[in-house]
Amino acid sequence: MKKSLSLLLCLALVATMTAGCSGSSTSSDNSDVIKVGVFEPLTGANASGGELELEGVQLANKLRPEVLGKKVELVVADNKSDKAEATTAAARLIEKDKVCAILGSWGSSLSMAAGDIVKSNKIPAIALSATNPQVTLGNDYYFRVCFLDPFQGTVMANYAYKTLGAKKVAIVQEVSNDYSVGLAKFFTDAFAKLSGDSNAIVSTGNYNTGDQDFNGILTNIKATNPDVIFAPGNYTESALLIKQARALGITCPIIGGDTWETNEFITVGGADVEGAVMSTFFDDTNPPTEAGKTFVAEYKKLYPDRQNIPAVTALGYDGYMMLMDAIERAGSADPQAIRDALATTTNFEGATGVITINANGDAEKNSAIVKVVKDGKFTYLDTVTITQ
Amino acid sequence: MVVGMTLSTFLQQLINGLSLGSLYALIAIGYTMVYGILKLINFAHGDIFMMAAYFAYFGISVFFLPWYVTFIITIILTMLLGAGIERMAYRPLREAPKTSLLISAIGVSFLLENLATYLFSGKPQAFPEFPAMTTPIFVGGLSIQPVSIVIPIVAFFLMTVLLFIINKTKVGMAMRAVSVDYDTAKLMGIKIDNVISSTFAIGSGLAAVGALLWCMKYPSVLPLMGVVPGLKCFIAAVIGGIGNVKGAVLGGLILGFSEVLMVAFFPSLTGYRDAVAFIILIIILLFLPNGILGKKQVEKV
Amino acid sequence: MKNTQNSLGAYLKKHWKTVVFLVVVLIGIGIADQFVNSFMRRLLNLSAIYTIVALSMNLVNGFTGQFSLGQAGFMAIGAYTVAIFTVPVGLRSTIFYLAPMAPFLANIQLPFVVALILGGFLSAGVAFLIGSPCLRLRGDYLAIATLGFSEIIRIIFTNTQTITNGALGIKSIPTISSLWWTFGIALIVIIACFLLINSSYGRAFKSVREDEIAAEAMGVGLFKTKMTSFLISAFFTGIGGGLYAALLGTVDPKQFYFTLTYNFLLIIVLGGMGSISGTIIASFVVTLGQEALRFLDEPMAFGLDLPIFRPGLRMVVFSFLLMVVVLFYRKGLMGTNELTWNFIANKFRSIKSRFTKKAASAQGGDSK
Repeated sequence: MKKSLSLLLCLALVATMTAGCSGSSTSSDNSDVIKVGVFEPLTGANASGGELELEGVQLANKLRPEVLGKKVELVVADNKSDKAEATTAAARLIEKDKVCAILGSWGSSLSMAAGDIVKSNKIPAIALSATNPQVTLGNDYYFRVCFLDPFQGTVMANYAYKTLGAKKVAIVQEVSNDYSVGLAKFFTDAFAKLSGDSNAIVSTGNYNTGDQDFNGILTNIKATNPDVIFAPGNYTESALLIKQARALGITCPIIGGDTWETNEFITVGGADVEGAVMSTFFDDTNPPTEAGKTFVAEYKKLYPDRQNIPAVTALGYDGYMMLMDAIERAGSADPQAIRDALATTTNFEGATGVITINANGDAEKNSAIVKVVKDGKFTYLDTVTITQ
Repeated sequence: MVVGMTLSTFLQQLINGLSLGSLYALIAIGYTMVYGILKLINFAHGDIFMMAAYFAYFGISVFFLPWYVTFIITIILTMLLGAGIERMAYRPLREAPKTSLLISAIGVSFLLENLATYLFSGKPQAFPEFPAMTTPIFVGGLSIQPVSIVIPIVAFFLMTVLLFIINKTKVGMAMRAVSVDYDTAKLMGIKIDNVISSTFAIGSGLAAVGALLWCMKYPSVLPLMGVVPGLKCFIAAVIGGIGNVKGAVLGGLILGFSEVLMVAFFPSLTGYRDAVAFIILIIILLFLPNGILGKKQVEKV
Repeated sequence: MKNTQNSLGAYLKKHWKTVVFLVVVLIGIGIADQFVNSFMRRLLNLSAIYTIVALSMNLVNGFTGQFSLGQAGFMAIGAYTVAIFTVPVGLRSTIFYLAPMAPFLANIQLPFVVALILGGFLSAGVAFLIGSPCLRLRGDYLAIATLGFSEIIRIIFTNTQTITNGALGIKSIPTISSLWWTFGIALIVIIACFLLINSSYGRAFKSVREDEIAAEAMGVGLFKTKMTSFLISAFFTGIGGGLYAALLGTVDPKQFYFTLTYNFLLIIVLGGMGSISGTIIASFVVTLGQEALRFLDEPMAFGLDLPIFRPGLRMVVFSFLLMVVVLFYRKGLMGTNELTWNFIANKFRSIKSRFTKKAASAQGGDSK
């Protein structure tokens, strides 16, 4: 038995290596298919976000399956919400599957992990909902269709200061998540500037990914009596956090960022997340453009039972459509040409708004949607436009 | 850095610590029982806890069974799961060197986690609400959820029942015999397999109760939810003296209180919260290698 | 002088097969470095790095019999050392955008090799601090204690914002893509381990593994032996971690969760806990195998749309295979044997004899 096992494994090893070595050069991009890589977390902690984005991309692909007379094939790679997997998955899409462009990922740190790879291989990539500025900074090959965290932080700070009239704020951040830490900092800076009070943040609570017990930090926060709590963490922990805050008798408003807008936030949070306010990218009851209306209509046709449309799905849709537009303008599926075409995207009508790509590769967006949870659904509250 | 606080805040933190500590205690008992008998750290215990949570979730939210039926079924299923794991992954290795057994435990843990991720997806599932348990009662400036009081009561009750079984019944005597001297117990005609299976079943059953109470308090079910509690509860068991049921409860409470009070008094260090468990563990292992209530183990040549 | 030259020459002559094999391997690496595409290159680099770390782990767990689960922490130390000291000074303020880098570190930039070796030494230093209290503990307690320290290291790295950039991690680490780095260092580690195991140190390790009390009675310094093995292991693991950082180009604390250690445990169990060659083979099989099994995560277009194939299946199959190995092939691939020339020759002989036996019995001869 032992011998056959070792023989088998050795053969497997040899087979994989030969397969890997040879398989790369067979697929060519002169065929009738244009391959687009989709790079998302489909398992692991961020699976929800990844799946929703993928749906948006797939819907767009269904509506526009061809460009330049060739069929567009989506190659999906799961990065397991893990950075090391992200680099391997991205490398695989580029090397083995020979994609001409990449869409993704949900989660700024996962996108950043792929950043160096797309840059050195000169394949353009579009981040769909990654909001950390570091994703596109210094990387000519990474673009973005959503707004950035400094902007988002300012939006929520404005909401807290102007609409809620808050003077004292408590912050609860997921200290092992760079998105959370970054957004908290941008909010803090913006709020301090607005209120002129550098001590406006009265309490900061830190927690780690996967934590379930927040009573300790919340009790501390309660003692400092803030007017509002800003908790820009992932929906998994945030839902529990809000429940425990309410159970402890904290009644002030709790606000957060775009990662809250998932179904699980409401199912886990239950009645306690009523009234939670967050910033996000898209509102399906009020699409800002014709493309948006088309998107909403097609989505409702495909998924008639779903209550509302998550913003990241709309961003997935926009990412794909913008890519198609760029390929058309470039006139070819050559990655460099696509990249250059993306960089000059001007006034592209996406579902989430009109997109113009600036020098950094970011979409010039100066307005964000603010939503509130009402009657168990994400409901439109306000559009905040900030002119710099 | 040390934060001064009002009496009511302090009392609130004490309540937080008590309920967290009792949850840890419940799960730690399972670890300690298995270790006492087999001298095995059952790395899979935390994942058995996780599976129990999923069983309960499916029972209530997917199959729409009434909660008391689901709870009973969950406990039974988990006990079967625990005994089953023992039968398939640990019993064949009983004569093998210790390391193989440990690796097998890690392997089972790994398998359960991946299985759960594959079957149930990595997204958190919402455990159904139990408003009777979670609606807080406000006394003075304190907020007390009924579940926070139920947990310590259940933990102490189960501990007492378990101690009774171990000390006053025949089955318990058999367990004690096996844990003191495995080979002699076999020679004396004790049915080793049955004793070990029952130990695993009881330990897993306790984990199931722990899971149900945990989910009432923290209603989010994830495939990896058992990893950190599992590790911490093992540490709790070691702190109290592994192999000792009272020690496990003591260890759980110490751990729960330390965590919460550290967060309360040193809010800027909350990022280091998980490190507290490990630091206490190492200190205990260095100065009281057999835990607080543990007995000295003599290794025979 | 003449004597040593003679004995070196004699040694090489005696092991001519190994020497030839080594030369072939080196040529192979050189060819691969030129022609292999960058995805395969990444996989090969990763396999080599895993080999380095798995070998170091096997040194402690397999050869000295001490169940240590601290590899992830040591890798983290090595990885962060390389990250902190090789990122160009000019980029540092953009990376450390939340809180500026600690001034005493901000301007030091070291060449890659220096940072790598420094990482190894720091790792060994921490191992000394950890080992002093822990190596006195019994088997399972040692496992939990080392796991605890590995987690403590990770948690510290998550919180020291000015040194490690906390949760944000460090990116833009200058990358290495040449196979020579990883394979070269792997070869050095393999040779070092081989020499170590066949020396008096190695014999001391194995005696501690077999029976601690007897070993002590025979005069083997228990603590000293365990500590030596632990330190060397940590040193190599730190270097492996540094290479890992340079391969990925980014580090962050979440990569060094203790589940990373499980990967290496899997490799050494699969390869056989007392075998160097087993570990090497297993590292490649596991790393390449994980990629090869990726197809399990995608829906299979067999004409049927089987919902079985979706993300996550790959890891389930993987853990299942691990359980099979643990339960049925407990000694792993090689057990405590090494892949020597005699071993291969014997294998061929036994396979050949099995075929001739079959042929003989098929001709209706006697059964033996």
